[in-house]
Amino acid sequence: MTNARVFFVGGYLSYRALFNWMHWSYYVPTMLGAPIFQILFFAYIGRYAQVKDDEFFVVGNAVQLSSMAGIYGMAMTVGGERWTQTLSPLMATPASRLPLFLGRALPLIANGIITSAFAFVVGWLLLDFELGAREIPALAVVVAVSAFACTSLGLVVGSLGLRVRDVFFLANAVVYSLLLFCGVNIPLESLPNWMEAVGRSLPLTHGIEAARAIADGATLGSVDHLIWTELGIGGAYAAVAYALFRFFEIEGRRRATLETI
Amino acid sequence: MRILRLLWVGWKFHVKSLTLSAFFILTSILQPIIFASVAYFMFRTGAREGTLLYVALGAGMMGIWSSTLFGSGGAIQWQRWQGTLEYCIAVPPPFLLVILPLTLATATIGLYSLTATLVWGWLFFDVPLEVADPLAFAVALPVAVVGLGLLGLILASTFVMYRNANALSNLLEYPVWLVTGLLVSLSLMPGWVGPISWVLAPTWGVNALREAAIAGNPWPEIGMCLVLGAVYLVIGHFALQHFERLARERATLSLT
Repeated sequence: MTNARVFFVGGYLSYRALFNWMHWSYYVPTMLGAPIFQILFFAYIGRYAQVKDDEFFVVGNAVQLSSMAGIYGMAMTVGGERWTQTLSPLMATPASRLPLFLGRALPLIANGIITSAFAFVVGWLLLDFELGAREIPALAVVVAVSAFACTSLGLVVGSLGLRVRDVFFLANAVVYSLLLFCGVNIPLESLPNWMEAVGRSLPLTHGIEAARAIADGATLGSVDHLIWTELGIGGAYAAVAYALFRFFEIEGRRRATLETI
Repeated sequence: MRILRLLWVGWKFHVKSLTLSAFFILTSILQPIIFASVAYFMFRTGAREGTLLYVALGAGMMGIWSSTLFGSGGAIQWQRWQGTLEYCIAVPPPFLLVILPLTLATATIGLYSLTATLVWGWLFFDVPLEVADPLAFAVALPVAVVGLGLLGLILASTFVMYRNANALSNLLEYPVWLVTGLLVSLSLMPGWVGPISWVLAPTWGVNALREAAIAGNPWPEIGMCLVLGAVYLVIGHFALQHFERLARERATLSLT
């Protein structure tokens, strides 16, 4: 029961704290405004370079945008605790680390789904992109799984935030790298083999592939292998993140570097 | 002479200071390289014929815009956080001459972007680095940087009125990349985008660089960059005066 409370209440409070410094006037332009222009930007490059149709870019970018909240949010959660000097009191609590850690991810996954849904609507309104009502539930599943996988990667970034000095630099670098490696705007087969291999080990790649297939009319059952792979990648990153978190916590205590900023 | 010395010393100081910032290294080197790579792959995959130098210059200019946008947009706010804004305003030279070197420096830092995208493209994507008119290119580059730096002056003096200037910077990065035709021809855009692009220095800056590099006549674009720069300077001057007056009246200079 205590663990459930730490997971849900702790996660909720952490998310609210995030918005204490991340006011709606920050949230709306960053999480909803910028995505509109990201989709338009890449869709227009696609038209100009004659790479693919609008659907390719709307689906790729809308799914990719589900990663923003998870990665930046987790970086801010840990980085913010460090910045405001509250990390040590948090680490001094007897609360189990697993619910403490994962509870902070849950609201960010929901946030990622909202951003992604908004991006799909923008694509449908402004570009040559159609989506049947029948495809929406399947797409929602794919976006939820991708948001989970990306938030798991965000957990890794957040864990590294216990050690590295500038976690926001790392978060930015990770988000930009996803744009390059995961087939968001470039067909995977156009990338060199090694880049494709890196992309296949990252969150998003399989999710985007599944979402594109669904947008083309495939059923959820026919892309389940992609969804399971995405889920597995997310689980693996979450496990790595937890291990890193515990390791850096122990190291931080030993070297008294928890609050080094 | 004193004014030139102040501008020179301020510019040099801020360029050195920004070069040590991890955030600006990200904005001006890593981010443009990643975006340039995405663009190179897209243009390679696509059916459109043309030189990748066009893409490299556009991607480099994207970096110059990003560093100007984030650097200049937050310039006054930074002085506030560091507690130096009162001193900047209290010193004898006009505030304009104190803040202008900073906005010019943020645009100058963007030159790292252009260098990075050109070298990256040459090393890994076979981007040809032959410049058709080196003299015009050598003129167009600093003019484009000054044009953007002066646009930065407007950003600095107006964003400070907005509580979350960073959010505004986040919002304005992609749209300006789009409407100034850095990677997409403006002929593809709706007609109403044209007039917006005409009043933005990056449009003329990137066209000047392309005309000089690929062949053509860059001088009209260079001229437009200079004219726009002069207009930005006048607008920035009045906007800064307005900010200074409001901040003194409301005693909000040190407000963080």
